[in-house]
Amino acid sequence: MKSRALLCAPANASCYTRLVFRCTTPSHIRTAVPPYRLSALPPYRPTAHLTPMTIPSAALNALQDIVGENWVRTGRADLETYASDGLPTHHWNPGAVVLPGSRDEVVQVAKVLSRFGIPVVARGAGTGLSGGALAAEQSVLLVLTRLNRILEIDPANRIAVVEPGVVNVQLTAEAEKYGLHYAPDPASQAVCTIGGNVAENAGGPHCLKYGVTTDHVLSVDVVLPDGDEVTLGTTSGEPWGPDLVGLFVGSEGAFGIATRITVRLTPSAPIVRTVLAVFPSMRVAGQAVTDVIASGVVPAALEMMDKNCIAAVEASSYGAGYPQDAAAVLIVEIDGRDEEPVDDDTRKVEEILRESGATDVQTGSDPEQRARLWQGRKKAFGAMGRISPDLRIQDAVVPRSALPDILEHVDAIAEKYDLSICNVFHAGDGNLHPNINLDSRDREQAERVERASAEIMKACIEAGGTISGEHGVGTEKLHLMPLVFDSTTLGVLTEVRRVFDPEERSNPGKAVPAHTDPGCEVLEVD
Amino acid sequence: MIEQRVQSICGKEGVIDVDAHGCVEVAPHSEEECALLLSAAYDEGWSVRLCGKGGWIPLDAPAQLVLSTRRLSGVSDLNPADMVMTARVGSPIDELQTAAAKEGTWIALDPPGASRSLGSILATGTSGPLATGFGAVRGRILGLTFVAADGRIVRVGGRVVKNVAGFDLKSLLVGSFGAFGLITSAHVRLTAMPAADVTLIAQGERENLLHGARAIMSSGTTPAAMELITPDTHDLNAWTLSIRVVGSTASAAADRRNISAAASNIEFDALDGDAGKQYWASISAAITGYPITVRMGSKQTDLEQALDLLNDTLDEDEGAMASVSVLNGVTRWSCETSVAKLLNLRSLAAKQDWPVTLERAPWDVRSSVGHYGAYRDGVGKLVASLRGVFDDRDLLVVPLGDQE
Repeated sequence: MKSRALLCAPANASCYTRLVFRCTTPSHIRTAVPPYRLSALPPYRPTAHLTPMTIPSAALNALQDIVGENWVRTGRADLETYASDGLPTHHWNPGAVVLPGSRDEVVQVAKVLSRFGIPVVARGAGTGLSGGALAAEQSVLLVLTRLNRILEIDPANRIAVVEPGVVNVQLTAEAEKYGLHYAPDPASQAVCTIGGNVAENAGGPHCLKYGVTTDHVLSVDVVLPDGDEVTLGTTSGEPWGPDLVGLFVGSEGAFGIATRITVRLTPSAPIVRTVLAVFPSMRVAGQAVTDVIASGVVPAALEMMDKNCIAAVEASSYGAGYPQDAAAVLIVEIDGRDEEPVDDDTRKVEEILRESGATDVQTGSDPEQRARLWQGRKKAFGAMGRISPDLRIQDAVVPRSALPDILEHVDAIAEKYDLSICNVFHAGDGNLHPNINLDSRDREQAERVERASAEIMKACIEAGGTISGEHGVGTEKLHLMPLVFDSTTLGVLTEVRRVFDPEERSNPGKAVPAHTDPGCEVLEVD
Repeated sequence: MIEQRVQSICGKEGVIDVDAHGCVEVAPHSEEECALLLSAAYDEGWSVRLCGKGGWIPLDAPAQLVLSTRRLSGVSDLNPADMVMTARVGSPIDELQTAAAKEGTWIALDPPGASRSLGSILATGTSGPLATGFGAVRGRILGLTFVAADGRIVRVGGRVVKNVAGFDLKSLLVGSFGAFGLITSAHVRLTAMPAADVTLIAQGERENLLHGARAIMSSGTTPAAMELITPDTHDLNAWTLSIRVVGSTASAAADRRNISAAASNIEFDALDGDAGKQYWASISAAITGYPITVRMGSKQTDLEQALDLLNDTLDEDEGAMASVSVLNGVTRWSCETSVAKLLNLRSLAAKQDWPVTLERAPWDVRSSVGHYGAYRDGVGKLVASLRGVFDDRDLLVVPLGDQE
């Protein structure tokens, strides 16, 4: 049995994680399935994207001719403006920022960038939490916020057609005029764009009942990295060939740029009840989550906050009156069209929560009561953010039944690395968000945060889960992908990417790591 | 030569049949055996047909090696707390439903046809009426393992309900008719068994029933299933609006009240429990009463024109069976017709932006029409390139598209 170690880290990372690989594939499979397919591919050279260079002036001139001088930004202050997304530890200055104003301009820009061989990174509002919208200095950052028109709302067919820069909550605001809404509701929905949601396959609290972005996208017009246009899917949602829409959603910008998106709208539920339950331990709260789901009631949302998060909220101006001696609170939302079944389900949930060990259960039915119960949860990130200069918002998923164990494990990791971790997350989906307070200027502390994050991810994978439920891999988790996928699968993912983008110029070096080694898998993270 | 090589991988008992033309049918016991068989086929250049029990697509595609999933069966994990079942694809869906029911859960899938295997449902992406309330097949699948045509074993997705690590290859595989490889196992999402399961049925003219279905939609009610069905497209009065309501006793009762109020000019009969399930099973089985089944998508507001196009283009003396998922705008149409008429339908439908999928047909029809086709600009090239990733020697005998 061969063993070897490989240093593997995202570009520009401040520290490296040592991954230990061991060849574990049975020898007969290895003999039978040689890695000839991968070796036949052109080698991927990440250094080509890292070599300092500027965008050629001829290319900048061509871009200005397309979008106008005002919409091509190259000044230092302009570039700094776009050097970060929602991942606080990573800052990359792009080579230039281009803000096209129409689909035709996106096509022409893509053709120019293709002609000059310039990498391109599409960006919406820049709220992504995995460094997926960061562009290195040899790349052009294509900001799509000017493509912000809702092109059509068709209530009879329950669909909307939008440009990628439309803000999530604005679509819902328009759809509500027809008794409909756009269901995916990421925490950043007041700012984030539908295009960004599509790239990341965004979720949100209410995805427990209504599904994530991929369940609501019917059709996408895509500008491929070479400037060719293609329409994937149909407005009816019926696939036209193999499901390329499903493949595109969540591809993190690696396949091309969405310029027009048709989404499904969902009837809004007029009757809503919000239940808040207080628990003496995370384990008891975790078990309550399992009990609620197993009961057959499908809550619209099922969210959990731990004692650190409660303390952060209550110490802030967002205080919601949560009991500070509580180990955890659960927020369960039940909605529907009719009062009787919603009340029926609410009573059932209240009973389950009490039987599971909740020390207090409160229910709100009018908007004011409900807003009060939700306040702490909705403002949790703001409250946590005021504790320290930076907040590392983590994202991982485990099977729901693993929640009690994994939450204790996260606590132990926080203690081991002497870090403050607040948990606020989508418990009904098993989607954890352990948030780590830090001062990223303190390199020693940043190192501990990296190691703790990697250990949390490893624990989630060992519990049968994975490294991201809704934030994406981006730059942040690239080095963790071999913990989830064997090298054969990683190789296949790379090949699929090259179908859309043979030169890997579209969001290069993100989503899938470049280094693969057939027949090996990661055994441990040091 | 093929038989000897296959025996060396799966043993003598692995070989099921060798026909007069030397075509070897093999039923491997594990995904590792599948990988070795497909790797051998890749090395030798054998053409391969992947098959289940043959209850949906006929087992008639010519190939040198036939790889059957019949021994890849059974539930390897079922966790009701997580609402996830892991099953091998040779398992009949009925057996999986029985296993799920023992834990108070069910799989919200009701594919057309009878005695379908999980692999057949995934490969063909054949959703049934429950897609109205629970979504299409791919939404029921959390992860899967498949073996590419060259023997590479690929694992995507997982056992968790949210997962964005890696590109979503499971969506690509589901509904690809086996053109990208052999799915060997899948993590299937379960749903808690509903307390109430009621079927409402009303008969009448197509337009009146469609009007009622749209009124139900407009009221904001989304039933688990809402199908407009006819066993005979020639009889305008023979249409049935069939609605399935599942959930808690209170929610089912509320849905029934809403449906009656919204479609007040329609009188429904109710079938409870087993009678309702038998009704839906009979509808599913009846779809295979004709040799060819196509599926066409349109906006629900275009359904009259879509149905007229199907009727006018495919019309045969023997009639046809139609089942329309009103809310999704999807029509499933079973009949006996010609290659020329099918190609004409696809061409005319494409002009309206309505995709036509050939779900099942004899080989001579499938090979001429393709399961998909009349792609928009650029899509055919992408599909062909994706196929090249998984089957660059074109060994899997699957007529995926009409342009390939």
